[in-house]
Amino acid sequence: MQQALLDYTLYLADSALILGQRNSAWCGHGPVLEQDIAITNITLDLIGQSRSLYQYAAQLNGGDATEDTLAYLRSEREYKNCLLAERPNGDWAQTILRQFLFSCFQRELYTQLTKEKDTTLAAIATKSLKEVTYHCRWSGEWVLRLGDGTAESHTRLVTALENLWPYTGELFKAADYELAMGLDPAALQTNWLAAVQSTLEEATLSLASLASCFMHVGGKKGVHTEELGYILTDLQYMQRAYPGCDW
Amino acid sequence: MGTHNLEELFQNKIDLEIKIEPKNWMPEAYRKTNIRQISQHAHSEIVGMLPEGNWISRAPSLKRKAILIAKVQDEAGHGLYLYAAAETLGQSREQMFNDLHSGKAKYSSIFNYPTLTWADMGAIGWLVDGAAIMNQVMLTRTSYGPYARAMVRICKEESFHQRQGFESLWVLSKGSEEQRALCQDAINRWWWPALMMFGPIDSESTNSDMSMKWKIKRKTNDELRQQFVDMIAEQVKLLGMTLPDPNLRWNEARKHYDFGEINWDEFWQVVKGNGPCNKERLEARKKAWEQGAWVREAAQAYANKQRTRNKAA
Repeated sequence: MQQALLDYTLYLADSALILGQRNSAWCGHGPVLEQDIAITNITLDLIGQSRSLYQYAAQLNGGDATEDTLAYLRSEREYKNCLLAERPNGDWAQTILRQFLFSCFQRELYTQLTKEKDTTLAAIATKSLKEVTYHCRWSGEWVLRLGDGTAESHTRLVTALENLWPYTGELFKAADYELAMGLDPAALQTNWLAAVQSTLEEATLSLASLASCFMHVGGKKGVHTEELGYILTDLQYMQRAYPGCDW
Repeated sequence: MGTHNLEELFQNKIDLEIKIEPKNWMPEAYRKTNIRQISQHAHSEIVGMLPEGNWISRAPSLKRKAILIAKVQDEAGHGLYLYAAAETLGQSREQMFNDLHSGKAKYSSIFNYPTLTWADMGAIGWLVDGAAIMNQVMLTRTSYGPYARAMVRICKEESFHQRQGFESLWVLSKGSEEQRALCQDAINRWWWPALMMFGPIDSESTNSDMSMKWKIKRKTNDELRQQFVDMIAEQVKLLGMTLPDPNLRWNEARKHYDFGEINWDEFWQVVKGNGPCNKERLEARKKAWEQGAWVREAAQAYANKQRTRNKAA
């Protein structure tokens, strides 16, 4: 049970950190100054969530573990983030849609966790839920602008949807540690799909052609895409190059 | 009332320390000087995001990563206030971006130097933001109201950044031998470029005289530079590090530190575009702007559609 709780906490932490790390590449390079600031806010929220979760995981793990040993010294096969989080930034459409799909999922997930009997997870979920509500709104507004904006933005968003949708199935497929915790993510799918579908339809996008698409899985169990190795190379460079230092 | 009288009234207000506001009459040259200076300052904030942004993905701890991201984001915020201040003088943000991208408008040369190691994040906070603050504290009392007010807020955040930078170097200075070497190396590389941030020596500064008369500037380049040297020469002792200047020494008669000659050839080369990263910085800004064009168009098209729908409803 303790191992399942630790793995589950790491799954939540890794997903938030990896998406935060991805988003952070926009800082200084956004299409509009105001939006550069907005996505960076979301990045900071995600990294903040990951820190709370890693700190809790470190406590569960015991020994010398800290938030930084967990983030910086675990390898590709130990990371448990969902595959969606590690998908490349692509263009603004792909970044926006990735955020939207993920944030809508986090909203359902954290809502469920606020009722969790583990009070630390419940407290982190409650705090994060406020942030995530804003992330859903911000990214949802951009989905509308891009889907119902120009022909070019519409096409780009359709491409992003085709690229990302195959990575959404994993979110609702329980990993062993979720089952051991008695938390079945399949229960979150109906609400998530309703919210996502409603915004996509308003943005003049259809899910029809994707209804039966093949879904990739593996991230939650530590089997990732080739992307993660490069992400961790950047993320962990300093801790690997200068082991055992304080910064 | 003739222009002559208007100019006299204007100068009277300046002399009486009354702020000039956007709708007040002002000499065309005052308007232009402020647009040039404020937009240059805004560009410096935005281009300044790049060298530090370079280390966000590689920050050595989650805490440092969050601090660095928040800092770079603050700079975006400073850029926003400053562009807004320049807009009150009748210059559009788009025009300012075009001038930056075409090379017509300048930004602080310091950002054309590369960030080679993590220690550069600390050195930039301590030395570069430290030098910027000298200038900015003076600008909180500049004569153009919107600029002065923007600077008040910016100064608060900048002094926080400077303390963060110093603290980050402090940790390195107490760390391993490798960390101390990183710290000293970063100070060595950033010291002289930081001194150059104050601009040419007074006798060669072309924009200074009128700017002083109009109280856009209140201290000369050399006064500010000296103030900075005096401050840093003391602070570096706390780090147990040295500044790379054999001529640096306290002058009891002047009650100031003497320091060596700045390499003015390097200064002018970087201003002219030949610094280590001039091309990369400008390219990065242009790329962000050009690749963002379809995003801005989509937002505009959507807003237009919404307006039409609301009217129809």
